[in-house]
Amino acid sequence: MGHFFTLVRHEVRLLFIAPPTYVASVLFLLLMGFIYWAILRSMTLMPQDTSSISQFFSLFWLPVFFTVPLLTMRSIAEEKNQATLQILFSAPIPTYAIVLSKFFAAYLLYVILWVLTLYFPIITYNLLSDNLSNASLVDRSAILGSLLFILLSGILFIAIGIFSSSLTRSQLVAGMLCFTFLFIICIGGQQLEYATYNYFTQGSFFFESIQYVNVIRHFEDFSLGILDTRPFVFYLSISILLLSLTVNLIDSEA
Amino acid sequence: MDENISISVSGLSKSYGKVSAIKNANFQINKGEIVGLLGPNGAGKSTTMRIIGGLLNADSGTATVCGLPVADSSLAIKRKIGFMQENNPLPEDLRVMEYLKLRAELKEVDPRKISAEVRRVMDLCDLFRTARRKIIRTLSKGFKQRVGIADALIGSPEIIILDEPTIGLDPHQIQGIRNLINSLRGIYTVLISSHILSEIERNCDRVIIINHGRVVAMGTQAELSAEFINENYLKLQVSGNSEHLIERLKSSGDEYEIAEAPTSENDDCTILIKSKKALEIAHYTKMVDQISHCQLIGINLVQPDLEAIFLAATKRSWDEVRPTH
Repeated sequence: MGHFFTLVRHEVRLLFIAPPTYVASVLFLLLMGFIYWAILRSMTLMPQDTSSISQFFSLFWLPVFFTVPLLTMRSIAEEKNQATLQILFSAPIPTYAIVLSKFFAAYLLYVILWVLTLYFPIITYNLLSDNLSNASLVDRSAILGSLLFILLSGILFIAIGIFSSSLTRSQLVAGMLCFTFLFIICIGGQQLEYATYNYFTQGSFFFESIQYVNVIRHFEDFSLGILDTRPFVFYLSISILLLSLTVNLIDSEA
Repeated sequence: MDENISISVSGLSKSYGKVSAIKNANFQINKGEIVGLLGPNGAGKSTTMRIIGGLLNADSGTATVCGLPVADSSLAIKRKIGFMQENNPLPEDLRVMEYLKLRAELKEVDPRKISAEVRRVMDLCDLFRTARRKIIRTLSKGFKQRVGIADALIGSPEIIILDEPTIGLDPHQIQGIRNLINSLRGIYTVLISSHILSEIERNCDRVIIINHGRVVAMGTQAELSAEFINENYLKLQVSGNSEHLIERLKSSGDEYEIAEAPTSENDDCTILIKSKKALEIAHYTKMVDQISHCQLIGINLVQPDLEAIFLAATKRSWDEVRPTH
């Protein structure tokens, strides 16, 4: 475990001195700030069924498409390209510790970025005068549910990024692969559900299976405060599978 | 298992697809020896080193490091080896000190002794005063090589493997690295690969020559010379009437070559005499004495250099692998 913490510290340091990290962070916060402003603006124009914070987090997939590739594309691809992965292997470190350290460093940054977005409702809440009904701005149950989903789904998204990065020596290709996989998993499930809606009866095995892989539906459940173990199994098992594949891939190249 | 043996390789083979990188390699390296692994590009030197270092799996055969089989104890043997890899890949964005501290942590140096250990290797590689705070990207090639060697020395492993440590360096830098390697003599077992023959010749106690993945020769320079070189050489340096001497050599049937011809400013002439028979210094001293206006400046028997041995050994292995019709 000593190696693991040393490597995580090293990886976090590398992330903080890498320009893509700052590009990802600035783009992420700008985009999310704009989205939050747009949601608030739309709420002033017409009444809405859902709270601003639920609407805000429901667009989680939008920043994921560029933030996750930017945070993870360097992790293994760049080390392969510069052969610096071989330096790590010359020390007594198991491959899984290397992969997990890269995963946790990127995940940590991903979590920090999302936690920073909580400032948007807090700032708005403090800016608005008391006579306005602003309690919904910081709807705690919606925030907790949405954030829990984002932390859980983030495990899978970052694992996808790390896996994509292990497939190639090119950062650019790794980023593109990651974007493609994320697009398939975020949008693919939803589109599959739409496309097959009329073909399968509700409650059937196929219908349930398609719903099971629909990431956006998982978010809806979490934001409503429905905590089911099935999404946990889905995200964690696929993440473990992808990280194991990454370890095997790196080992097989040695 | 003999405790005096640091590295033992037996029947080692490795292929990349259809290309065979090493074929049935066998050799042993004793504790405290500096051994040179010599071979042309693509001979299998790096592959052999990477297998010994636990970075690559062999297809067949066994490699043991300090009595431990590499295949079964990959992590354990990495604690015993300091490895500087070919082209010396380094994380460009880190400072020298940061990098070496990270490596010390990863190599399981006692946390209380990390600073002292990093200082020790930086002093040994002359990095402390000049480069400790520099970002690796900004270092010259020579300093990067020093950082690679310092990394290999961290934690005082029993064995140091240096894959092409002097590649791409200028003569001053090569001399610095050479002095550094010489300072390791007797403390560590060192395995160096190079295709720069003079480096191996000056640094190593013993040489292993690899060609086409086969170990074609192994031993000290004198042993290899006896095995591969059938000719004796004598170097004769004269001044004055060297033309008459050359005529005498021609008439006596000696095979010779003029290594340094006389010029208008300098009438010294250096002649290299070759023979399959033993060459006697007294015979040629007498020959020069008999020629008027010709003075002997120097005469000595020349040991064949590693280049001659290398060429002879690799030529023989070429002849062995060449198909016969």
